[in-house]
Amino acid sequence: MAAISRDEVAHLARLARIEMSSDELDHLASELDQILHAVDRVQEAAKDDVPPTSHPLPLKNVTRPDVVVPSLTPQDALSGAPASDEQRFKVPQILGDAE
Amino acid sequence: MSFIYKTAAEMASALANKDVSAVDLANEHFARIESVDGDVHAFLHLDKEGALAQAKSVDEKRAAGEKLGPLAGVPLALKDVMAQKGIPTTCGSKILEGWRPPYDATVVTRLKDAGIVILGKTNMDEFAMGSSTENSAYGPTHNPWDLTRIPGGSGGGSSASLAAFEAPLAIGTDTGGSIRQPAAVTGTVGVKPTYGAVSRYGLVAFSSSLDQAGPCARTVLDAALLHEVIAGHDARDSSSINAPVPAVVAAAKKLDVKGMKIGVIKELGGEGFQKGVSERFNEALEELVKAGADIVEVSCPNFEYALAAYYLIAPSEASSNLARFDSMRYGLRVGDDGSRGAEEVMSLTRQAGFGKEVKRRIILGTYALSSGYYDAYYGSAQRVRTLIMRDYEAAFAKADVLVSPTAPTTAFKIGEKADDPVAMYLNDIATIPVNMAGIGGMSLPCGLAPEDGLPVGFQIMSPAMKDDLMYQVGGTLEAALNAKWGSTLISQAPALGAK
Repeated sequence: MAAISRDEVAHLARLARIEMSSDELDHLASELDQILHAVDRVQEAAKDDVPPTSHPLPLKNVTRPDVVVPSLTPQDALSGAPASDEQRFKVPQILGDAE
Repeated sequence: MSFIYKTAAEMASALANKDVSAVDLANEHFARIESVDGDVHAFLHLDKEGALAQAKSVDEKRAAGEKLGPLAGVPLALKDVMAQKGIPTTCGSKILEGWRPPYDATVVTRLKDAGIVILGKTNMDEFAMGSSTENSAYGPTHNPWDLTRIPGGSGGGSSASLAAFEAPLAIGTDTGGSIRQPAAVTGTVGVKPTYGAVSRYGLVAFSSSLDQAGPCARTVLDAALLHEVIAGHDARDSSSINAPVPAVVAAAKKLDVKGMKIGVIKELGGEGFQKGVSERFNEALEELVKAGADIVEVSCPNFEYALAAYYLIAPSEASSNLARFDSMRYGLRVGDDGSRGAEEVMSLTRQAGFGKEVKRRIILGTYALSSGYYDAYYGSAQRVRTLIMRDYEAAFAKADVLVSPTAPTTAFKIGEKADDPVAMYLNDIATIPVNMAGIGGMSLPCGLAPEDGLPVGFQIMSPAMKDDLMYQVGGTLEAALNAKWGSTLISQAPALGAK
């Protein structure tokens, strides 16, 4: 049985904001199915009494004194922007329908 | 007389003795790159102007009698995953084509402060996802030992530049083996330090809990010298370790392993490993025995799940990290013609900008993190991570360092595994557990496989924060093997560019 359907892949692509052609979806669905079968075995190894590890270091929150340090100028921060306007990033319409 | 075949340490002393200037050394390397990089394609971008300016400044400081760092004036190749101010930084992706970072990564700042001359940026699998450098949007890098073969990945460009004598030092990053596996298949040295030893500030993130930058070189000592330049606490990386850097240069020079216990991991060998890889690995073990080390066999039973867990954890973190490439603030923007909203522009940009493997991993990660599947996939993988750390803990109770072959095979042909992601992932079987546990790992050459004449890598793993131990064992093994062969392995690499 397939672990993942073409429709599910299409849904995931929408969630991940990646437009995909019909061919890409077909191809990816079959590849992901193979990969999921290969990684499925983590479930047999991991019993509930084993705590999860998210990170190799026993990290606590790291804080610093709240002092002003040099940072990027607006010009530098905008230097890679696809579009900008008066020290701001200019982006396509976010709310409502585009024209 | 050519300096490019020397080690970084030898170049450094030639510079200190004023036998060569940093400018001449940089120019010699640029000439070499010009003659061989058409075949190798290790570099994506050369910064001749910046490199020569840095070299000139080092020469002037030296002439003025200023105190300089041990590697001042030595050239280096930088993996294109590191932000360097004003220099194109693509991560091997079309989505960042033409982007010039407005700041330096901490590693880059430290290299510059040490007087190291950055020649240019090296090729890599897109966003460091891959084991062959075939996933670069800018075409593959070729292995200098055999141009029809892969140089490993993701840092194939960095390791190939060393093996082709285009640079004596390089920076790599290692999430599941991207420093060590390229080192193994190119006959060079690569070190993944303990997680947190080298700052990740300015390293474009792939999988934040696994990513670690480290040194690539042609000798263990050269790697150690570079390690001491780039390692150390950085307030800009909250996962950076705030503790002294182990004395890895002194360790690399010790050349003594008497009484040390070296654990051979049973599960990382035998079936699935190429015959010649196992043979060379076992011969290297004999050299360590002759040098006075004790060999013990250790078992890490949960390593059989490491690959599966990695291919859930790394894509999960990647799906989140790569959300930043949204076409809004930098990088590619596609389809913004005034008729489309932000979401549609984002989706079109990510379709055009990301390659196949990156899309595959983002979708896999999105799936593993989605509700209903989270516990079964991401949750289970995190539990496996705990089991792997416990396996290491038990193994390090019996041995000072652990060893295995770095990769199960020598370099394969370009294109051979490109259409089979699962087969490609198997390359990382021996390197991935190290990242999962956050410990240190090194690969150094241990000979050529008899069946194909290609380099084999020997991996040494040391407990977290004890990176000096792998340098001590690596330095000793390297000296023993060089004595046995009567020369270094890299000196047997084919001459390039002579047509």
